[in-house]
Amino acid sequence: MLTQLRPAVVLAAGALLLFGLAYPSAGTGISQLLFPHQANGSLTSNGSTLVGQPWTGPRWFHGRPDPDNPLRLDGVSGASGGSNLGPRSRQLVAAVRAAGVQLRRLGVDPTADLVTSSGSGIDPDITPQDALSQVPMVSRSTGIADSRLRRLIRALTVGPELGFLGPSYIDVLQLNAALARLR
Amino acid sequence: MHFALTLLLLASVLALAWRYLGSYLEAVYSGRVGWLSRAERVTYRLLGVDPSHEQRWHQYAVSLVVFSGVSLLLTYGLLRLQGQLPLNPQHLPAVSPLLSWNTAVSFITNTNWQNYAGETTMSYLSQMAALTVQQFTSAAVGMAVAIALVRGLSRAGATTIGNFWVDTVRGCLYVLLPIAFVAGAVFVAQGAVQTFAGPALIRDALNGATQLIPRGPVGFMESIKQLGTNGGGFFNANGADPLENPTQLTNLLSVALLLSIPVALTFTFGKMVGSRRQGLALLAAMGLIFAVWTGFTGYAESQPNPAVAAAGVVSQPQGNMEGKEVRFGVLDSTLYDIASTQTSTGSVDSTPDSYTPLGGFGLLTGMMLGEITPGGAGSGLYTLLLFAIVAVFIGGLMVGRTPEYLGKKIQAREVKLASLGVLVMPVAVLAITGIATALPVGRVGAFNSGPHGFTEILYALTSQANNNGSAFAGLNGNTAFYNLAGGIDMLLGRFGVMLPVLALAGALAGKQSVPVSLGTFRTDNVTFVVLLLGVILIVGGLTFFPALSLGPLLEQLSRGRLF
Repeated sequence: MLTQLRPAVVLAAGALLLFGLAYPSAGTGISQLLFPHQANGSLTSNGSTLVGQPWTGPRWFHGRPDPDNPLRLDGVSGASGGSNLGPRSRQLVAAVRAAGVQLRRLGVDPTADLVTSSGSGIDPDITPQDALSQVPMVSRSTGIADSRLRRLIRALTVGPELGFLGPSYIDVLQLNAALARLR
Repeated sequence: MHFALTLLLLASVLALAWRYLGSYLEAVYSGRVGWLSRAERVTYRLLGVDPSHEQRWHQYAVSLVVFSGVSLLLTYGLLRLQGQLPLNPQHLPAVSPLLSWNTAVSFITNTNWQNYAGETTMSYLSQMAALTVQQFTSAAVGMAVAIALVRGLSRAGATTIGNFWVDTVRGCLYVLLPIAFVAGAVFVAQGAVQTFAGPALIRDALNGATQLIPRGPVGFMESIKQLGTNGGGFFNANGADPLENPTQLTNLLSVALLLSIPVALTFTFGKMVGSRRQGLALLAAMGLIFAVWTGFTGYAESQPNPAVAAAGVVSQPQGNMEGKEVRFGVLDSTLYDIASTQTSTGSVDSTPDSYTPLGGFGLLTGMMLGEITPGGAGSGLYTLLLFAIVAVFIGGLMVGRTPEYLGKKIQAREVKLASLGVLVMPVAVLAITGIATALPVGRVGAFNSGPHGFTEILYALTSQANNNGSAFAGLNGNTAFYNLAGGIDMLLGRFGVMLPVLALAGALAGKQSVPVSLGTFRTDNVTFVVLLLGVILIVGGLTFFPALSLGPLLEQLSRGRLF
């Protein structure tokens, strides 16, 4: 037993140095050198394109009804994650209903993505259909023609990657930033 | 149609991994790969280990247990001392004793069950030096045990089954490190975060929103998390978090990485026992179950979410999007979660708790079959070999001959050890689930009410005993009861299987090889695959059906009711 202790301790310590310090440090070095934008969180002047934001009112395209709260400012809690509500949960029914009421009040016929929350709680994307359903609302409140908004949506739609991987989607922050430039 | 192309691409990548990674693994573990031989030699000198000295099974087992014990203490210590250690930009305090225990056990057993939210609990140093390290070594240990068992099967009249230190070092250096490094760079190129700078404060002038974006050394943890079938992510949302799994490409890369080693090991096995067909038979059994479960769960998730429908949403064109990310959609999300529950990885890109009742049933039962389709890195192969031995035993009973597997007579000792290894997991799951539901401290953890709440508890203990780590995450596991019970569950699921496997390896290595005759029950044809599938499904099905009927099945059948 004791003769096994030396290799065990040395291997555990060596693994700590190699995989716990050298590996992530080398990875960080290479990442900061080659992909600094991505490695630092895909930050733009308006926020990270990978982190959803709360959009309210008729003047912006809305994302999914997530908390969009990646880390609370007081640092006490606020971790990413979904609602974890089960498929027959009364709470989920109530949450979906509330999200639907809000959208209808703004004149949007809610699509499924716009009333369900995501797995991350910070989903930055919506589908083109979700965006199109909001075109009348945005057009009415901003005075920008329907056709221009549709063109904008088409231009910003990405995916499926490689032509077949997953669905098409639009980053809501990029869509709204482009919308702000149109005004 | 699109999804069929995705599956085709995945299958092609896995076919390459099977053939070339499988063959490479055989070369690595037999010592014929030497491009890092200088580093290897230095390592052995520091360890004080003679690489040419092989161990008997019990010496192998002692080395494994001592190494795991030291790793456990080291991980526990780092988490407890987190507050005093550097690389902690959020000034996070020490992790509590019981949570440190659960987390340390979780990572040394390749489970990566997480009773904490990474971005609000773990410093960067803890994520790297406490957790990422174990994602390498625990995977290498699993692979080493699988190789030791295959050596037992392929040797005749031998007393030893290899050297634990050599196998573990080689797995880390030649296999995990290079692949994880390259894949890590891909994750970052696609958008995964990789920095030591602390959280970024954002003020968006457009909507007036203020956000604190968590960051850290994420991308390179993500790659080993998948490759080593670990599953413990940097962020609470795991693979659903866009800062961790940013694009459809990284999503598919994750699935390919976590399946590659378990699939490749079936080729390694075939090569080591001198018959590729033997490995193919195992792969066929794995692949059939995997395909059926993917189809079933994908179909279930393509159905509307009942609660969303009850709230008056008429059209759910994709199916159940609650808890799923738009960039992945329903089918790719389901593929990821199925692959990760059937490989003991346990990372998720969509929340299992919000799956439809039958979708959740698919994830849960994938684990209940024992994590063999294709299972974890190493653990998948060695657990499936236990089932294979039980299958030849049953086959032998049916034809009235002494059962043999790969020329080895399977006798009382082997059958006992194999049965022990197969039964430890269900006993641990059902006993601890029973205790948890009987005690108020266990019931209080459930977040959802009704049968779904029971499923949360059953899922948690199934996941931990199978060293999977995925969760019906509504369950509040960070309580004294679940931290303690979960830790015991994970240890049983890891060492309760590994030790019988090593004993079996020793017993098999010592046997002489019986020449193949006309009467030999063949283990490389369709009949055997069907028999093996029968054993897997009957053992898993009979054991867990009563528990499943109280959880997801009851939930599915109670149409129109809400809880």
